[in-house]
Amino acid sequence: MTRLLIRGGRLLDPTTNLDEPGDLLCVDGRIDAVGAGLDARGAEVLDAEGAWITPGFVDLHAHLREPGQEYKEDIASGGRAAVAGGFTAVACMANTQPANDDPATTDFILDRARQDSPTKVYPIAAATRNLEGEVMTEMSALIDAGAVAFSDDGRTIMDSCVMRRVLEYSRLVDVPVIVHCEDRTLVGQGVMNEGAVSTRLGLPGNPAIAETVHVARDVILAEVTGARLHVAHVSTAGGIASIRAARERGLNVTAEVTPHHLTLTDEETAGYDTNTKVAPPLRSAEDRAACRAALVDGTIDAIATDHAPHAMHEKDQEFTEAPHGMIGFETAAPVTLDLGRPGELAPLAGVDRISTAPARILRRPGGSLAPGEPADVTVVDPDRNWCYDPAKGYSKSRNSPWAGRDLTGRVVSTIVDGTMVYHVDRGVLVP
Amino acid sequence: MRDSNPRSILDEKGIRRALTRIAHEILERNEAPDVLYLVAIPNGGVPLARILATCLDEIAGLDVAVGVLDTTLYRDDLMQSGKRPPLRRTEMPSAVDERVVVLVDDVVKTGRTIRAAMDALMDFGRPRAVQVVGLVDRGHRELPIKLDYVGKNVPTQVGEAVRLRGAGADPGESLEVVVLPAEEHAA
Amino acid sequence: MMGRDLLGIEDLDREDIEKILETAVHMGEVGQRDVKKVPTLRGRTVVNLFFESSTRTRASFEIAGKRLSADVVNFSPSGSSLKKSESILDTARTLDAMDPDAVVVRHGVAGVPKRIADVLDAPVINAGDGAHEHPTQALLDLLTVQQEKGHIDGLTVTIVGDVAHSRVARSNIVGFRKMGAEVRVAAPPPMLPADVETLGVKAFTSLRESLDGVDVVMALRIQNERLVGSWFPSVREYSATFGLDRAKLRYARDGAIVMHPGPVNRGVELSHDLADHRPSVILDQVRNGVAIRMAVLYLFAGRRRGAGSSAPDEVAR
Repeated sequence: MTRLLIRGGRLLDPTTNLDEPGDLLCVDGRIDAVGAGLDARGAEVLDAEGAWITPGFVDLHAHLREPGQEYKEDIASGGRAAVAGGFTAVACMANTQPANDDPATTDFILDRARQDSPTKVYPIAAATRNLEGEVMTEMSALIDAGAVAFSDDGRTIMDSCVMRRVLEYSRLVDVPVIVHCEDRTLVGQGVMNEGAVSTRLGLPGNPAIAETVHVARDVILAEVTGARLHVAHVSTAGGIASIRAARERGLNVTAEVTPHHLTLTDEETAGYDTNTKVAPPLRSAEDRAACRAALVDGTIDAIATDHAPHAMHEKDQEFTEAPHGMIGFETAAPVTLDLGRPGELAPLAGVDRISTAPARILRRPGGSLAPGEPADVTVVDPDRNWCYDPAKGYSKSRNSPWAGRDLTGRVVSTIVDGTMVYHVDRGVLVP
Repeated sequence: MRDSNPRSILDEKGIRRALTRIAHEILERNEAPDVLYLVAIPNGGVPLARILATCLDEIAGLDVAVGVLDTTLYRDDLMQSGKRPPLRRTEMPSAVDERVVVLVDDVVKTGRTIRAAMDALMDFGRPRAVQVVGLVDRGHRELPIKLDYVGKNVPTQVGEAVRLRGAGADPGESLEVVVLPAEEHAA
Repeated sequence: MMGRDLLGIEDLDREDIEKILETAVHMGEVGQRDVKKVPTLRGRTVVNLFFESSTRTRASFEIAGKRLSADVVNFSPSGSSLKKSESILDTARTLDAMDPDAVVVRHGVAGVPKRIADVLDAPVINAGDGAHEHPTQALLDLLTVQQEKGHIDGLTVTIVGDVAHSRVARSNIVGFRKMGAEVRVAAPPPMLPADVETLGVKAFTSLRESLDGVDVVMALRIQNERLVGSWFPSVREYSATFGLDRAKLRYARDGAIVMHPGPVNRGVELSHDLADHRPSVILDQVRNGVAIRMAVLYLFAGRRRGAGSSAPDEVAR
C-alpha cells in the first residue's frame, strides 16, 4: 500500500463545496480521506502549510507538438512542463504532423504519454481529415482509440455546411466539438487586435468581429444540430454575449478562456514582441473585462492555457511572419491567481474553472477531492513570489510574454494517481 | 580662495579701439584693399566683423563684403566627443576666389577653430590669401596657427574660459570680453 | 528627449523636432554650395539596410551621407533570399559586427527597426516600417511647411487618402500635432484605420468638408495594384472623389499648399498640373529630404548603446 499524506493546507473542492483547513490522504492512487488530523503512519508526508490543496488542474487546450514538431515540444517535455504548472491532465490539440486524424496517431500519442509523460494526456482528434475542413474524420474509431473531443482548432472550418455535418455527426459519439472561432476572411492579414493600438503601431488589425461573427454562426449550428459545442479561448465581449445567450436558451454550449486573455491587452504588443502574438489576439481592456466578468459569473466555464510552444528562431521573425502562440503551463496558476486577488474570483470558483469544469466538459475523472476519486492533486502556494524564467522551465520553448516578470503564486507540488510527480524544490520527479 | 566672479578684460570701448587699430593694420598690409573679404566665425566674430567693416568704411571709404562661416561641421572633435553642437548660420554673399579673406574670430586659443575655418573656406573656392583677426589671443596653441592681427594678448589658465558677451540676439547689450574661472563654466 | 535611435516621431518631443529642423536649415545651406560636401562624418560608415525596395528614400539617405563625407554602404537583402537564409536579426547582427556608425533601416513590416535596434550597438534610423512610421519623411514635410508658412503652430493640415496603410500619414499626424497644428484626415471609409481619432485627428469622409479653411493639403500615394476592388472600387472613382485638382483646392484657405510624399500617381491623387506647379511644393519636399537626412545623420551617427542624448555643446575657447 502506498500512502501519501498532504498535511496542513487549505482544502478546496468545488464538487463538495469544501473550503477548510485540513489534510488529504491518498492511498493506492486514490483519495482516501480529507479532514483534520489524519493519521500519518506509514505515509510519505507533504507539508502544505500556507498552501491550497486542490484537485489537479485539467487543461482543455494545449499543443504538445508530438508527432512532427519535436523541436518545439514533445510529449515528455510538455508533460513535465504541465505538472510543473500543476496540471495533472492535458488535452492536446490535433494539429500535429501528421494531424491526429487517424486512430493510429491517437494510439501513438497515448503510447508516448504512457511512456514519457508525468501528466495524463487526453488526445483531441481532428474534426476533418488533415484539418482541411472538407472530409470529416472517423469519429467513432477515434473515440475508441482514446480521443476525448474533436477540433480543427486554428484551422477554423469556414465551410458552414461542413461544420453543420461535423456537429451533426458528433452526436453519434457525444463528445464536444471544440471550435476556434475566427472568420478567416475577416481576419485577413491581421496579426493583432484591430483598434487604437494596431492603428498606432501600424500592424494589420484582426477585428473582434472575426470572432463575434463566427461564434454566432457556430452557436446557431449547435442549436440546429443539438451537438455539444465548446468554444475555445473566447476573447471578445461580442463572442461572450453570443455564448451567454446560447446558455440562456439552454444550449449545450461551453467555453474556455486563456490566462493571457484574462490578464493582458493589446498594449502588450507596443514593443513588437512576437511573444505577444497569439490567436485570437490579445484584445482591448474592455474585452478583457468582459472575459473576467464572464469567467466569474460562469458564462465561461473553464480556463485553458492554449500552451503553444514555438522555437526561438521562429519567433525571431518579423511580427507578421512569426507564428501565433505562447507557452502557458508554468505561468497559468500565478497569472490566474491574479484574478482572485482583487476579489473577483473566489478561490473555490477559481479551482472549479481550472480543474472541475474542464474535467466535466471532457467527461473525465478528476476535478474532485472526494474519497474514491483518482488522487490527482495540486498544491499551490498563493502568496509565493518568484521570477519566471522560461529557460529554467520544462518546456523546450521559451515564447512567453511573462519571461523575466515577477509573479505571485506558485505550484508547490503535483500529485498524479497518488504519486508526487513534481515538487517545487525538487523539480519533476519521474525517471 | 579664488575669485569666482567673471573678470572683465575688454569693455566695448576697448574693443572698438582695438578693432580700429586692426582696421589700420589691415589697410597697411594690403595693397589692394578692394579684394578684401571679411569672413566672421560665429557667434563672436559676427559683431566684430561688422564693426571692422564700419571702421574700414570710415577710414578708407571701403565697402567691404562681410560673410559668415560656421565651422561646426569641420570640427575635428565631433565624433570623439559624441557631442553634436548646434549648427550656426553660414552666409557667404560673395565668391572667395581671388579675394583676400580676413577671418574674424573673438577668442583664439588652440587654433583648431581657425584650422576648421580654413578648410571650410577652401570648399568655397581659392582665395588669393587668408589672414586672421583674433580679438583676444589666449595662447595655448595646439596647431601651428599664427594670428595676423591681435586685439589683445591675454595670458590665461587652460581651465578658464574667455567669452565675448553681447554678441547674442540682444543688439542693445554692449560688448565685453570676460574671463570665467574654471569651475564656473565647467557645468 | 532624443535617444540613441530614431525609430519614430513618437519618440521625439517638440524640442527635439525643432532642433532637427534647425539643423536641417543649415544642412540645406551646404546643399546650395558649389562643393556640397563637408568632412563631418569622414571615416564613418552609414549602412542603408533596405529590406523593401525604395529608390527615392535610399538615394536621399545616400546623398545625405555622402555630403557629410560618410562611407555609405547599401545593403538590400531581397525578400525571397531572406526566406531561405538568415533572419532579420541575424542580418542585423552580422552588419553590427562590421561596426557601422549608423544603420538606416527600411522594412515592409512595422516594428522591424525597433527589433533590430534592440540587438544593435549602432544607432538605428527608421527609413520606413510597414504602416508604422517614416520619421524622416514627416520631418522633411514639417521643414517644408515651416519654410512655406513661417510657422507650424496653429495651422490646419488635411491628409487625404489611404491613411490605413500609410506610415507617412502616421508620422505626419504625430509630428504636426506635436508642433501645434490641427490635423484632419480624409479618405474613403475603408481607408481610415480603426479608431483613427485616438491619434488626435478629425476624420472626414467628405473631401470638401475636410478642406474647409486648411493651410496644408497632403495627398497620400495610392498603392493601386494592391487596393483596387477591396478598399475602393476603382481608380476612376477614387480620382473623382478624393483626387485633388485646382477646383477642389478652392475649398481650402487661400494660399494653401499641396504636398505629396511621392512618387505621384498623376491623375489619381493629384491632377497633372497640380503635380507640377504651385501651390504644390513636391520638389521642395525632395530637396528638404536630403537636408533632413543630413541633419539626422549628423545628430545620430556615432551614438552608441548606453550613450544618452547629448547636450548642446558649449566649448571653452
